[in-house]
Amino acid sequence: MAETFACSFAATELDARSGISLVVERLRNFNLPKEQVDDVQIALSEAINNVVEHAYPGQTAGNVSIRCNLSPQELCIRICDAGPPLPDGKLPEGHPRDVNGPIESLPEGGFGWFLIRSLTNQLHYERHNGSNLLSLCFEISPPDKT
Amino acid sequence: MSLTSTKADGAQIVTVNAARIDAAMAIQFKEDMRSETESGPDRVILDLSSVQFIDSSGLGAIVAAMKQLGGGRRLDLAGPTPMVEKVFRLTRMDTIFNLYGSLNEAVSANNT
Repeated sequence: MAETFACSFAATELDARSGISLVVERLRNFNLPKEQVDDVQIALSEAINNVVEHAYPGQTAGNVSIRCNLSPQELCIRICDAGPPLPDGKLPEGHPRDVNGPIESLPEGGFGWFLIRSLTNQLHYERHNGSNLLSLCFEISPPDKT
Repeated sequence: MSLTSTKADGAQIVTVNAARIDAAMAIQFKEDMRSETESGPDRVILDLSSVQFIDSSGLGAIVAAMKQLGGGRRLDLAGPTPMVEKVFRLTRMDTIFNLYGSLNEAVSANNT
């Protein structure tokens, strides 16, 4: 049986936090293993932080909407915003950051797409009718026996 | 952001009294770390045992907190939850910081 749920919030840091927490809460209620929910929360937060940071520059924050489809095998989360398209209209490659240099030159950001790519099984982006549609899909491991 | 600070065995222990270090929190965290660690022992232990969630902004803020300690001082991390540890591992920041399973472990490592 598949479950679908959705939410929508303004693209600000605090509203994003509430939106992410809401989705995470729902996933916990479906008894997904904790580690899996953690992975989803990391990838989802990075994706939404990108929207908050880049999608509505210098204007009143627009909306971000999230729709989740959960089947026994897979969770797919679609994030929709009406901001400008991703650079070059495609998903960034998300290379790991180099952490081998001296402390002073360690990166303080730019980890987002790498984390998203590391934690999702499938990632899809399209621009449709002036909106960005980003889908993050995760394979579902069997639920906790406890 | 709620940080509290104590001293033990010549190290300063800064405890994060918050469940999240996320994008909404990162700048405040960095500033609060600056004022907590402006002066004091060379070794600072950041107790993360209450932190249930960190994102890359939070990670960046911890890196920034280490940088702003300046030369000769170091920031060690204690009690990361599995989720926090995972973010450090994935980004390879676990190779930069000393991570201790608990605050006790971190403090006693000071004596060796």
